[in-house]
Amino acid sequence: MKVDWTPEQTNEFNRRRRSRNLALGLFLGCLVILFFGITVVRMIK
Amino acid sequence: MASRSLTGVGVAAAPGFAAVVAPPGVSFADWRDYLALLKPRVMSLVVFSAACALLTAPGHIHPFTAFVAILCVAVGAGAAGALNQYYEADIDALMKRTADRPLPAGRVAPEEALAFGVALAVGSVAVMGLGVNWLAAAILAGSILFYAVVYTVWLKRRTPQNIVIGGAAGAFPPLIGWAAVTGDVTTLPWLMFAIIFLWTPPHFWSLALFMEADYAKAGVPMLPVVAGEAATRRQIMLYTLVLVPVTVLPWLLGLTGWVYGATAIATGAIFIVRAMAVARNTATRAAEMAPEKRLFKYSLLYLFLIFAALVADHVILS
Repeated sequence: MKVDWTPEQTNEFNRRRRSRNLALGLFLGCLVILFFGITVVRMIK
Repeated sequence: MASRSLTGVGVAAAPGFAAVVAPPGVSFADWRDYLALLKPRVMSLVVFSAACALLTAPGHIHPFTAFVAILCVAVGAGAAGALNQYYEADIDALMKRTADRPLPAGRVAPEEALAFGVALAVGSVAVMGLGVNWLAAAILAGSILFYAVVYTVWLKRRTPQNIVIGGAAGAFPPLIGWAAVTGDVTTLPWLMFAIIFLWTPPHFWSLALFMEADYAKAGVPMLPVVAGEAATRRQIMLYTLVLVPVTVLPWLLGLTGWVYGATAIATGAIFIVRAMAVARNTATRAAEMAPEKRLFKYSLLYLFLIFAALVADHVILS
């Protein structure tokens, strides 16, 4: 596969991919906390 | 494997990547583009109206459950916004106001936006059902479908009445907020629904008047484009004259106290005065449409004050 990016473009691509992955990681972490919270509230009820 | 030009997948405009050859399926979006797909500004109004209904509803809800309900409303509204942007990328590209959105600007591929919207829609409804109650989840599902299908796909490009019927989509959140607390929907949340429903036409038509050129360029049959400025100004006045009495109804029916009643009357009187200024205006150029711009801005403040008064009334008088 031919990808003829300059080093700057490769860095920019990596930066954007990192930002997406961080956001996804945070989202999944929040989802775990959310389900934990819902379970606790349901158990209290 | 053959490489593919970014032009082919609509990402040629991604900053730093113009005219670059990229492998298929590579995303150039960063997290801000996904946030923009959720239409955060629209989301804030939706969250506000749902939160007001949640705070006004009788009964008790656990604070964490209330948080989950509001979060699901926000994510559901965002999902509807993403699905709307997926379907409207072609017309968004033609309008100055929307040309820099992630899809027309080429930072997000259409299939990514579709998958993102569907995943968030299904997720928000499922979490609402499991964490809050299934009535609130059903109304949330209905509102997402109404906005994404009835408004975006069926109405927007076909009829100048698009935002009248489509306005119902934005009117659902108070029903969701109320249902989250009580598990049912009574007269007051339906009146809150009616207020947003009737508020939508004057709000959007005042915007459409001074953005008419943009809508005409994109071929969207907004009322000023199809029926002209004079007819639109008459319709704004008519809807205002129906809206203001409906905002006073909760007080007249004894569902709220004087705090809300006084606010509805005072802010409604100002709304009528501003709508009259629009009705009297004969300008056809956006630069001369100061009354329309003032009404558009005031309509946002008006809805905020009406719903804030409902909460204040509930807090003060209970």
